[in-house]
Amino acid sequence: MYSAVISLITIFGVIIAALSVSAGLIWLERRLLALWQDRYGPNRVGPFGLLQVLADMIKILSKEDWVPPFADAAVFVVAPAAIIVPVLLTFAIITYAPGIAVADLNIGLLFFLAMSSLAVYGVVLAGWASDSKYSLLGSMRAAAQMLSYEVFMSLSLMGVVMLAGSFDLKNIVEAQKGLWYVVPQFSGMLIFLTAGIAETRRLPFDLPEAEGELVAGFHAEYSGMKFALFFVEEYLGITLISVLICVLFFGGWQGPLLPPLAWLAIKTLFFICFFILLRATFPRPRYDQLMSFGWKVMLPLALLNLVVTGGIVLATR
Amino acid sequence: MISLFKSMWQVFLHAFRKRATIQYPEHKDYLPPRWRGRIILSRDPDGRERCVACYLCAAACPVDCISLQATEDRQGRRYPSFFRINFSRCIFCGYCEEACPTDAIQLTPDFEMCEYDRQNLVYEKEDLLISGPGKYHDYNFYRVAGVAIGGKDKGGAQEEERPTDPLELAP
Amino acid sequence: MDVTFYISAAVAVVATLAVITRYNAVHALLYLIVSLLAVSLIFFILGAPFAAALEAIIYAGAIMVLFIFVIMILNLGPQAARVERIWLKPRTWLGPAALALILAGELIYILISGGEQEPKAGTAVVGANEVGIALFGPYLLGVELASLLLLAGLVGAYHLGRRSGSEGSDSPGSGRPNGEKV
Repeated sequence: MYSAVISLITIFGVIIAALSVSAGLIWLERRLLALWQDRYGPNRVGPFGLLQVLADMIKILSKEDWVPPFADAAVFVVAPAAIIVPVLLTFAIITYAPGIAVADLNIGLLFFLAMSSLAVYGVVLAGWASDSKYSLLGSMRAAAQMLSYEVFMSLSLMGVVMLAGSFDLKNIVEAQKGLWYVVPQFSGMLIFLTAGIAETRRLPFDLPEAEGELVAGFHAEYSGMKFALFFVEEYLGITLISVLICVLFFGGWQGPLLPPLAWLAIKTLFFICFFILLRATFPRPRYDQLMSFGWKVMLPLALLNLVVTGGIVLATR
Repeated sequence: MISLFKSMWQVFLHAFRKRATIQYPEHKDYLPPRWRGRIILSRDPDGRERCVACYLCAAACPVDCISLQATEDRQGRRYPSFFRINFSRCIFCGYCEEACPTDAIQLTPDFEMCEYDRQNLVYEKEDLLISGPGKYHDYNFYRVAGVAIGGKDKGGAQEEERPTDPLELAP
Repeated sequence: MDVTFYISAAVAVVATLAVITRYNAVHALLYLIVSLLAVSLIFFILGAPFAAALEAIIYAGAIMVLFIFVIMILNLGPQAARVERIWLKPRTWLGPAALALILAGELIYILISGGEQEPKAGTAVVGANEVGIALFGPYLLGVELASLLLLAGLVGAYHLGRRSGSEGSDSPGSGRPNGEKV
């Protein structure tokens, strides 16, 4: 009974924390982008513009929930849910601090990869169900991009798995007690970071929704709450990738003085800001550049990293 | 690779630059006198309407937001019986000001014209007329024009010679 | 655990039936994905988490995406659904249904009669470690052969996808594909 209550609290805590962080990111991203573009950003609604999130929510919830008459209605409605559920599920397998985890899965990392591969469907189906040219183009790009970068993502993580000898995120963090994996796995970290941006379809790799070319890409036909789901999913994705980078390469909750959860939060926030800085800095590459970069640079690098790590692990054991 | 991080660092340094934004309602930027904002109708130094209802502004207006009706008073001065500008259509291009032969219609450095009701953006003559001469302080059309009105005959304008009496010219 | 097994098994069966009966190709594929995910859950319940994850990653996550990708590009409209409706007459699926019934009967017979003698699945959890040791221990040759096969497939795909007549300056991503050379 007692443990059931504890796990319920953990589940709801994680969901609420993930959703409120991603909602807060709506504000944070706009403020930070403004900071790096010599502007102020939203600073009118509430203290420091913090209530902007609330204002945005009210606005987006009071919009008409519209399904285009030419769309495939069932798939059109399912797609936003299909995009957000895998991301939320992935938060379940992360160990945030000793004892704070929804599910201590021994294939945690594989579960993350499975979920990130399922996240493609939301995008693809949204674009297909919208039955408009731009949406279809966006979802085709998304399918190719996410599928390819998933390959490098999983390959880059295998180095960490080799060093830790486990797929379990808790064991991976505990194995970093002496040395964070960012040192032995620096190239793996870079590859994971790049693939993570491509997986979450963030700028500079936001080809599926490139507004300059495709209006809004796969979610061009969406409005109201359904669009909000895509919107929140993007921020959930950033949060997820940041947490995973911290857990896999930067020692997770480990750190002196402060409580474990605070350390994870600080590290995650740092990487979220790093993602926003990336968005503020880089222009969008061309689509074929993105794909050839993936297959001709990232894949060999990931394989090389894998081989070298494997060799070293084999030699030292 | 290094250049990527260099440019990221450069962008990061922008966090410490001076902001380009002007916090509008608290700080208002200087607007030059020739700023093209809210349109007014000016009066001449005597305090009478400058507009002679020639329709040139309405003809010049690319969005047809000006409408007026010419009429004449007892002294023979032309003036608009109504003068209406629909500011919900106006694009503040300033063509009306350029077209105006009497400097009556002028654009002012004011843009704060929000209304909750769109109909309130239709300005009538009493809304447009100001009590001063606007940008041109000394200009008075009837003082320099050759047209005859009550109190000023032909040849009564500044630097204007008396009209030649053809009968006087007889040898 | 039994309840979850029966629920996911029922989902798998219903979804697979829906795959066959849908007229719209994309809808059918979506049901197929649901079915694969249900099977993956069954793997997990039976104590094979590694197989479950791979089922989700490779079948549901990668292969089906490619299927949907292709069907998306084919741009099948309502016309295709109408054609499908005409094709799917009872006479057409009578044969396959009979064959499938025979298989189902065999399965039920085995479950009823020989179920007790067989070692029960799900008694021990087979983790990623065991799978890896098995693959690179006794089945090393099989793994290597499979990888050779995949390599051959990869080379073949590359050959098919190569642009014709661009031996010299082959820099993908620059310029349009050269037309056929005479």
